[in-house]
Amino acid sequence: MNSNRLFSRRLFNALLPFLAVLAAFAVGAVILLLQGVNPLEAYQAMIVGAFGSKNGLADTLVKSIPLMLVGLGIAIAFRGGVINIGAEGQMIVGALLTTFVGVQLGEQFPGMLGIGIGLIAGMVMGGIWGAIPGFLKAQLGVNEILSTIMMNQIAIQIGYYLLRGVMIDPAEVAAGTNIPHSARLPKVIDMPRFTDMAQWLGFDQSAKDLGLQGYLGEVYGVLVEPSRLHSGFIFAVVMAVLVYIFLWRTTIGYRIRAVGLNPHASRYAGMNVKRTMVLSMTLSGAFAGLAGAVEILGLHHRMFEPTAVSAGYGFSGIVAALFGKLHPLGIIPSSILFGGLLVGGDKMQRAMQIPQVLIVAVLGLVVLFVVSTDYFVRKRSTRRVSVDSDEKPTDTTPTEPNPAEAQA
Amino acid sequence: MNEDLTTAAILLGIIHSGIRLATPYLYAAIGETFSQRSGVLNLGVDGIMLMGAFFGFYTVFQTHNPWLGLLAAGLVGAVMALILCVVSITYQAEQGISGIGLYMFGLGMSSLLFKTMLGTVEGVKGFSELRFCFGDSFCLADVPVLGDIFFSHSLVTYGAFALVPLAWWILNRTTWGLKIRAVGQNPEAADSLGVSVNRVRYASVTVGGVLAGLAGASLSISLLNIYQENMTNGMGFIAVALVYFGSWKPGGVLLGALLFSTVNALQLWVQVLNLNIPSDVAVMLPYLLTILALALPFRRALQPAALTKPFARGEN
Repeated sequence: MNSNRLFSRRLFNALLPFLAVLAAFAVGAVILLLQGVNPLEAYQAMIVGAFGSKNGLADTLVKSIPLMLVGLGIAIAFRGGVINIGAEGQMIVGALLTTFVGVQLGEQFPGMLGIGIGLIAGMVMGGIWGAIPGFLKAQLGVNEILSTIMMNQIAIQIGYYLLRGVMIDPAEVAAGTNIPHSARLPKVIDMPRFTDMAQWLGFDQSAKDLGLQGYLGEVYGVLVEPSRLHSGFIFAVVMAVLVYIFLWRTTIGYRIRAVGLNPHASRYAGMNVKRTMVLSMTLSGAFAGLAGAVEILGLHHRMFEPTAVSAGYGFSGIVAALFGKLHPLGIIPSSILFGGLLVGGDKMQRAMQIPQVLIVAVLGLVVLFVVSTDYFVRKRSTRRVSVDSDEKPTDTTPTEPNPAEAQA
Repeated sequence: MNEDLTTAAILLGIIHSGIRLATPYLYAAIGETFSQRSGVLNLGVDGIMLMGAFFGFYTVFQTHNPWLGLLAAGLVGAVMALILCVVSITYQAEQGISGIGLYMFGLGMSSLLFKTMLGTVEGVKGFSELRFCFGDSFCLADVPVLGDIFFSHSLVTYGAFALVPLAWWILNRTTWGLKIRAVGQNPEAADSLGVSVNRVRYASVTVGGVLAGLAGASLSISLLNIYQENMTNGMGFIAVALVYFGSWKPGGVLLGALLFSTVNALQLWVQVLNLNIPSDVAVMLPYLLTILALALPFRRALQPAALTKPFARGEN
């Protein structure tokens, strides 16, 4: 009987985020109706655009990369009881240092070594940008929500300052146009694209050669034929697995989650709560910085307008993390879904003349619905605890996504 | 001699635009003060401001009546705030995240509506700046120095400053203010005395939403008289920070808003005068200042004790 109830509770918890997304799309449909657009057609254009073809699928996966990395960082912070709204800024400073290091050193360290250096540079810089608000919170009680938002603006301005100054592309200065973007990073440290990797592995036939038809052909095409999809995707998935191992199989990870769930109990248990909070923020920033680094090394290959590089991923990454129930492995499919939403919004704009910004509104609604449905999860779990309190809490179910209490 | 005059004129200009630019911050931050004093952190102010800015602008664009614009902005602000109330109060969501959701919704919606309903940047004739003229020749606005500082703003700006003592009076001298402070400080005690905690919080957050809507409209139909996508550019988040800065007191918020807007104005002049500070660094200053101000040690003790803590009867 107990296991039966446990199963239904888990099923209910697992379904809630989907209900939340459905609800968000229902509201989106009303907005579309008010605009005089058939929502079914619009959503169809969106889904087909994002997942229906080789190009759409490749773009979806490309966009899922920064979402995944930012989402992992967000999950670490939220699990640790701190709220990081600063992923935008952390991404920007990460991208800046990666670009700087890449342009300076790229030729000397071609290949994996150079890419590794670039990734570490972004990670370190993002980590520093996350550590500052973490430290301010731990030592001086500065609300980290507010400080991370301020740090975003500071990062944007630093970006413009550097891109107009020391980091500007010499070609722009020579041409007199002075557009604030950096030089292109040396090609030798481009993260390999999927098509490059397929070549190395000996897959050089196209889908047509192999006689693959329909959707299978499209999927094969994503993996083998030239597209923007790059190895950052594999990197991000590996990172998700590593974060899972870190949070659930190491002492430090346990400590982060313990502090997030109950800082007071953790303190009585002898944990250094302040230091753990700083660590959570640092790691969170490091992953956002890594997202910036991967965007530069894998996709853009140069730094330009800071807000165009971060592109709102700092916020949409929060949505991906929440929908993935703050579980590293859940964030993988969740990022692909929301990557598809971003791409689909673009396709919908072209097909139906619905401005893409609708997606931002829908993402906001997803957040509102997801955090609202947490209420039902909490309600049910407290009821359960009072009924059969002898049952051990299972630590793998992420049923308490928002443990952060006592801000500031 | 001549140089002194220019310096004086610039100084005056900075003060004048400092007062002007304080308008949206004041509306939004005073509104947020009500919300936070009742124990609810509304992080979606920026999204509400954008919606208020759009609806205010659109109404004036259609009706040519700035007062109707203000009304529309206030109404849409109230609706947005009620959405947050349901999520943050009734469903007890994590307030640091629900506000971000509301912000994204407001940002997306206002841009969507702008693109589908207007499409291009157009100007409207909103509230004009008063000159306080008596008879045909004498205007207070022409009085040297004082005129520039005190007598050459729009009604919307005067309204923002009038809001400060009004908010103080409501919070500290009325029963309703007492209830707001009680549910923000000790909701269990307030509840046991028969105060409906959640009803007071709903009301406070809604008042905050109306004022945030007006804050947005103050930009689009008074200060700038145009609408642009994402035109607040994060002002709403600054407003939230100003409440912390001002120690949850209207007077403190006024001080913070003036300081912030003056530094902002200063930064405009740095660019105008080609001073030897890169403009990017100057733009950064207010944000750095805010972080530093938040780090001042005495502030924490003044925070409403139940801020960000949802209330559920019988759970504590």
